[in-house]
Amino acid sequence: MAIKKFVVGCFDNEDTLFPAVKKVRTAGFKIHDIYTPFAVHGLDHAMGLRETSLHTAGFIYGITGTTTALSCISWIFTKDWPLNIGGKPHFALPAWIPITFELTVLFAAVGMVLTFCYLCQLAPFVKKHHFHARATDDLFVMVIECTDKTNTDDLQAFLTNSGAVETDLQIAEADWWIGSYDEDELPLENKKVLAA
Amino acid sequence: MHLKYESQLREPLVKGNKNYHQVTEDIISPIEAKPTTLWYVGFYIAVALLMFGVYSVYREVTYGIGQWNLNKTIGWGWDITNFVWWVGIGHAGTLISAILLLFRQGWRTGVNRAAEAMTIFAVMCAGQFPIFHMGRVWMAFFCLPYANSRGPLWVNFNSPLLWDVFAISTYFTVSLLFWYSGLLPDFATVRDRAKTKLRKNLYGTAAFGWTGSTKHWQRHESLSLVLAGLSTPLVLSVHTIVSFDFATSVIPGWHTTIFPPYFVAGAIFSGFAMVQSLMLIVRKVFALEDYITLGHIEAMNKVIVLTGSIVGIAYLTELFMGWYSQNKFEGYTFWYSRAYLFSPYGWSYWGMMACNVLSPQIFWFRKMRRNVFVTFFMSVIVNIGMWFERFVIIVTSLYRDYLPSSWSVYYSPSKYEIGFYLGTFGLFFTCFFLFAKYFPVIAVAEIKYVLKTTGDNYKEKMGHLEHASAEVFAHSGHGHTTVDNHSSN
Repeated sequence: MAIKKFVVGCFDNEDTLFPAVKKVRTAGFKIHDIYTPFAVHGLDHAMGLRETSLHTAGFIYGITGTTTALSCISWIFTKDWPLNIGGKPHFALPAWIPITFELTVLFAAVGMVLTFCYLCQLAPFVKKHHFHARATDDLFVMVIECTDKTNTDDLQAFLTNSGAVETDLQIAEADWWIGSYDEDELPLENKKVLAA
Repeated sequence: MHLKYESQLREPLVKGNKNYHQVTEDIISPIEAKPTTLWYVGFYIAVALLMFGVYSVYREVTYGIGQWNLNKTIGWGWDITNFVWWVGIGHAGTLISAILLLFRQGWRTGVNRAAEAMTIFAVMCAGQFPIFHMGRVWMAFFCLPYANSRGPLWVNFNSPLLWDVFAISTYFTVSLLFWYSGLLPDFATVRDRAKTKLRKNLYGTAAFGWTGSTKHWQRHESLSLVLAGLSTPLVLSVHTIVSFDFATSVIPGWHTTIFPPYFVAGAIFSGFAMVQSLMLIVRKVFALEDYITLGHIEAMNKVIVLTGSIVGIAYLTELFMGWYSQNKFEGYTFWYSRAYLFSPYGWSYWGMMACNVLSPQIFWFRKMRRNVFVTFFMSVIVNIGMWFERFVIIVTSLYRDYLPSSWSVYYSPSKYEIGFYLGTFGLFFTCFFLFAKYFPVIAVAEIKYVLKTTGDNYKEKMGHLEHASAEVFAHSGHGHTTVDNHSSN
């Protein structure tokens, strides 16, 4: 398992986040990821991420559905069990269009969602390290991966100067694992509520 | 060009002085509170209805279709009427989330989550009717195409009834995937605020380990867009195929080429009405008036008056063709069995006309579109009217067929037929009550995404720029420097 050291900088506004991303990248730090409560448009480009090709996968799944439907139905109705329906042609393409269309959509949708879950490593019971509980609420959490040479204090100061409202140093598991959440992981302010 | 800020001329989609945290707080906190007494009352009524439905279905499965008052002439009655009615209602969700996404209608963000949930529950209800109408329901799997030991005797791929099997099941699956993929980030929000271990684990499991990583968001956006693109023709195809169940037959009244667009418009019409009924209650109960504003309600009422009028034109076209075709059977069906008020089912036709065509015209008035009580009343009227429409199409075409000796004078449902229908209401509302209590009823992440563009307080701050000059306004925001979010932190 890959346990690494990270410097975390939290921003409360996308208007300060974008210049900060630029500065951090120019300074040569490796951004591990930025966790945001919603899809911030243009952030992927600012971070230098490449475009996703998920839609290409969707297209391939779609044509798989088309061919599955057409080949199965035509084999069944012309070879395996030709039915005489009022003397009409066995190969009745127009009547097969609805099912072909539905299977195209079904294969594309199911395939894409499964691929999405696989690429993002999302599944029930999968657990990942959360750098900040408010990353799904109102904070934009920039996580920078440290090397042996990184001066973490300087980096934290650098992030604060760039507009981070909160900085932190964390040693964490970067990958996912299977597990359940225990009470230690509940947000800090809530523990008092439980104790009281 | 994409504007970062929307003009003040457009109504804000999020009212009040909100920041990101406030949005989370407003939408998630009802989940964390204890259910109210009113919720329990509503939920138990729904469960009671569901139980009655289960009993009705038990009677039907044990003693056969004879428990219903269907006969050889009226072979489709309440069951298929209810099926088409529920499927129609199930169209608004995907229309709102998919078609309006492609058309960049910002107001969809306030209502899409609940509308999609409604879609899924409505399709679940719809599916019950054809399945139990099979009679020997334990043989239902015969309609699946698989290499079996009966020949293999395949299903008939040329039959619209089989197309329906594919259409409805695909629609259900795709809607569910679309809905659930949108829910992942919001479940993560609930998980990260959880104050108890149980809630943390339940929502943690439901969130699939979502973190909000930028790469994941990028893929999520791509996924949503493609699913929207796929769902758009899908939603049109589903009701088109449902209409083929009728249109490809040779029954006068069914054998009509305008059925697909007419059915799709009707489906959107009834679906939006059901969304209105539900959202008006949800916004009141959970105090979400800032997110489901009068602007949202007005927009949906505009769709209702448009689709209601399309449906009205379809009714008139049918009448016209009944005369213009000079086909005796068509003329009899449309002008006697339906439009003649004193024919046995004339009341249902005129009930349909009054509810679907005449009454929605009230929404030409802005005051009425923005009146919550009128809207709620009308949404119920529209759904009654749309139920009549399906009843009219099915029963008035069947009860007097080509052979007068087989005419059926009158058909009224048995208590188990009614019970089955009430049971699907129970199923629908049981699911909806659970959804409203335990799921984020508004897409939190999507509201945050549009907050700074269309939020009330952000628009106000941009007012001076807009007044200065259109040029300045159009180019502002690209430097991400104009609006600050510190005001209420």
